[in-house]
Amino acid sequence: MTVAVDISHRLGAFTLDARFESAGRLTALFGPSGSGKTSLVNLIGGLLKPDRGRIAAEGRVFVDTAQKLFVPAHKRRIGYVFQEPRLFPHMSVRANLLYGRWFTPSAERYEDLDRVVDLLGIRHLLERRPSHLSGGEKQRVAIGRALLTSPRLLLMDEPLASLDDARKAEIMPYLERLRDETKIPIVYVSHSVSEVARLASDVVVLSHGKIVAFGPTGAIMQRLDLLPKESQGEGGTVLDMRVAGHDDEFEMTILRSTAGEIRVPRVDTAPGSAVRVRIRARDVMIATELPRGLSALNVLAGKVASIDTSDGATVEVRIDCNGEMVLSRITRQSMNALGLAVGLPVFAVIKTVAFDQENLSRTGALHDI
Amino acid sequence: MSWLQLSPEEWTAVRLSLKVATWAMIVSLPIGICVALLLARGKFWGKSLLNGIVHLPLILPPVVTGYLLLITFGRRGPIGAFLADNFGIVFSFRWTGAALACGVMGFPLMVRAIWLSIEAVDRKLEAAAGTLGANRAWVFFTVTLPLIMPGIIAGMILSFAKAMGEFGATITFVSNIPGETQTLPTAIYTFTQVPGGDIGALRLTLVSIVISMTALIASETFSRRLGKRLDLQ
Repeated sequence: MTVAVDISHRLGAFTLDARFESAGRLTALFGPSGSGKTSLVNLIGGLLKPDRGRIAAEGRVFVDTAQKLFVPAHKRRIGYVFQEPRLFPHMSVRANLLYGRWFTPSAERYEDLDRVVDLLGIRHLLERRPSHLSGGEKQRVAIGRALLTSPRLLLMDEPLASLDDARKAEIMPYLERLRDETKIPIVYVSHSVSEVARLASDVVVLSHGKIVAFGPTGAIMQRLDLLPKESQGEGGTVLDMRVAGHDDEFEMTILRSTAGEIRVPRVDTAPGSAVRVRIRARDVMIATELPRGLSALNVLAGKVASIDTSDGATVEVRIDCNGEMVLSRITRQSMNALGLAVGLPVFAVIKTVAFDQENLSRTGALHDI
Repeated sequence: MSWLQLSPEEWTAVRLSLKVATWAMIVSLPIGICVALLLARGKFWGKSLLNGIVHLPLILPPVVTGYLLLITFGRRGPIGAFLADNFGIVFSFRWTGAALACGVMGFPLMVRAIWLSIEAVDRKLEAAAGTLGANRAWVFFTVTLPLIMPGIIAGMILSFAKAMGEFGATITFVSNIPGETQTLPTAIYTFTQVPGGDIGALRLTLVSIVISMTALIASETFSRRLGKRLDLQ
């Protein structure tokens, strides 16, 4: 399962130059608006023709300018969920969902209406007209419509951008199920750190048409310098952990990974299942000895791996907790007071209430092994 | 109320008018859709020339349009002679000529209505249909065409109404022959030219009003229903 892109394409003021190959379940294209994300998915989807390059997915070549090969959009079988739902107003929800089905040869249809309708929770909407749906419902139908073509690849161009926070929260679990329960690789465009941290297995960071970084989500999220200024506070550590058990008395869930054990507000999922946590760098305190008399419940032991002092009043400290990196952002004053230096054994301290629902999500296997 | 009774000659004129207007509307419809598509979507050299030619009947005096038809589609006109010799289609002094004149006069109205509705279609919907696997023809028939249906109906009604009332181009091109080219307007005109023809003219005028109102109401009802289906209201 791979998506391989190597293209260059002139776009008005700048040139989009992108080269990456991802085997992840959900590859996020991340970057500020105007960085070329949407153009890149349009190139993959066949709505744009690149000046030069090659695009392949799942072993099929869609574009290869060297061989003068260009497969038109309608022959690619690449599902595309746009920013706006783009439902056909003259058809019922059912007709919208089934629109693409006829164009897929029956031997290659792997999705059926019942499964998709249940996956997205839209059974009660089938006979309605798109104009009678809420924004979140429309977007779910649009996702279902793309899925029912049994696509080889699913492109999603900021599918949550036009929705308010409540609607976003409503759709998020469906996107997670889509990622974990279907076999379709997904390319997901977003400029939201929290969406990327929650959904992505791999991240391509774009800036002015160039790829500035590419890697697994955990590694990219620790590079605060890659995040836009206004969302640097959102960056930090992404840990994929497992549920070790629940604490019924205090309504908490205990998560474990090689970094250690942390306690978070209760997550309703069975012991052993995978949960992804995002720990903002600004929520992590550092102690040089095991703290006592402190309300924070989560203490991870580790060693200072690196200190980045490039940013005025604050410094970023990477703590190696048994092989997993936890990022902390503290003041330079604290760093001096504690005498922090690379190699020093320290404790990372995280308040349990720093984990709100937005920072906790269930995950399946994010990479094929 | 016996004065309301139409004479056989008057019935002939009414029937002929309906036939001419219906044919003018039906034959110009596919051409009208194609031209509207070209004007709305096409990028080609000579687009403004095509636009000008389509709109010519709207700005020229109808007599001039009729005369132009006479010298090109008449028995000795270049196109008229070609069609007559090769396909046996004759326009001059036939009801087919009346239909041609009416169709040409209503054509700009039809094209404008369809053109406007094509420009109102969200092209993003067509792109979405493409990503779902539909080729261009499928996209046109399953997305574009249903969405421009209100414009097509408006264009058809305008073309039909124009044909029912067309006078100048018709009388210049195919004259005013009872039973062959005498439509409602030319029949009314004939009645006004003879002594005692007032009653006949009045009867045909009433018929004309009824037909026009019926067409208008039918189109309104149809558009409203369609609008409801498309959720455009």
